[in-house]
Amino acid sequence: MQFLVESGDLLLEGFVATLRMLALTVVLALPLGVVLAGMRISPIPSLRWVATGFTELLRNTPLTLVFFMLVFVVPRLGVIVDFHVSAIIALTLYTAPFYAEAIRSGVNSVPVGQAEAARSVGLTFSQTAAHVIIPQAVRSVIPPLINVTIALTKNTSVAGGFLVFELFASSRRLANAYANETILIFVAVAACYLAITIPLGQLAERLEKKVVVLR
Amino acid sequence: MTSVLYDVPGPKARRRSLIASIVLGIALAASFGWVIATLAGEGLFDANRWDIFQDPLVWSALGGALLVTLQVAAIASVLAVILGSVFAILRLSAHAIVRIPVTIVLEFFRGMPVLLMMFFILIMFATSQYWAVVFGLTLYNGAIIGEALRSGIVALPRGQREAGLALGLTPFAARLLIEFPQAFRAMTPIIIAQLVVLLKDSSLGYIVGLEELVRRQRTLAEFYGFSQYGFSFFVITLGAFLAVNLTLSWIARRVSRRSPTGRRSRRAARTAIGENLDTAAYSIDRTRTGEYRG
Repeated sequence: MQFLVESGDLLLEGFVATLRMLALTVVLALPLGVVLAGMRISPIPSLRWVATGFTELLRNTPLTLVFFMLVFVVPRLGVIVDFHVSAIIALTLYTAPFYAEAIRSGVNSVPVGQAEAARSVGLTFSQTAAHVIIPQAVRSVIPPLINVTIALTKNTSVAGGFLVFELFASSRRLANAYANETILIFVAVAACYLAITIPLGQLAERLEKKVVVLR
Repeated sequence: MTSVLYDVPGPKARRRSLIASIVLGIALAASFGWVIATLAGEGLFDANRWDIFQDPLVWSALGGALLVTLQVAAIASVLAVILGSVFAILRLSAHAIVRIPVTIVLEFFRGMPVLLMMFFILIMFATSQYWAVVFGLTLYNGAIIGEALRSGIVALPRGQREAGLALGLTPFAARLLIEFPQAFRAMTPIIIAQLVVLLKDSSLGYIVGLEELVRRQRTLAEFYGFSQYGFSFFVITLGAFLAVNLTLSWIARRVSRRSPTGRRSRRAARTAIGENLDTAAYSIDRTRTGEYRG
């Protein structure tokens, strides 16, 4: 009985910590992703190069290494921040390029005729983007954005390996304390993650179908 | 690069673009220079922080760990592709008794962090860290590859299956001999992209205590003095990962360019398995080929 009470508390705490980390990262990474996506389709080559370089660099670096840099290497350089902050920075840096790619592929899914029509009635690049492309792209962008968020949910667990308390860390602590109940703990923690990822996935699927019907 | 979004720049736009580029270039160079100067100010480029890399023993230790990383990823890749194929076929089974449990298991594996799986395989089955990482990666990526293959099969024209059945193949044989090979070919780029993710994820072994590249470099850095060599080891490790991953991504991109068929089914799979956006390789860079529409 004591096991159930104590583990319930710890799991709830971890779950809330994971949700908070998820929310903060989305709030930070999404705008950064929008900026990156904008840079990647912009007419100015140097902006495109910078965005592409940043994207390629981060997409080919394991998240573990990004965490390692922010938690262990950066503090040695004199920049000392709280582990929670470093974790959110790491997740933001890692996730933003994926958001950017999702947005870009959504922009690419707007039929080319739309852009051509807008251009041929004389709209400029920014007018075309603001009045024709983006309003249509938003719809098809949402499902992939949700999918990136699902991946992010799972990635928050890496923070648990770098001194941050969240769901994975709490499961680790529980598994150490109650060695006989590992299966139960595992199922409970997995259920917590699934409680976030499965509804998000279904939402993405439903929106996806809507978009397909519209086309 | 051509894009319908804007005209071929004229002299004015070119000048403005050039000015913007120069301003950005200066800003970048300045911030880059500031980073380098700060790092140099901390003495990170001093010879005494890099001298141990003259020792071949350090390199062989790092190389051995890189080998572990690659080995884990290679074994898990093979197993994940096999498992994914089995999952895909079982999930499309005509018998609800097979289909429903497999669907549940797939959703379960797909929806939770690989790290959690590795950790609990480690303590529940009392395996070594090595096999915990291999099996964790196998189950997770097997589920994702299975989902990709499944949507590849679903996206095939129905006539393929019907033709097979009309020739007298059993439903299972039609699936295995007619549909599966086509779906697999169409999905090859996505599968390779997922394998790049798998390789990146093998570094999670660091957290469960596998002596792979990230952990080894940390062990070494701590052995020689983290404050002195921590940065140097990190830079070398990052370089190694970038070299391996960029090579694999490049291969994936080449493969996907060489198989122009199956774009429709690939697209279906991309949306079905969402996680694929978490890939290094499958950049949907239509603008690069001058094609605007996705």
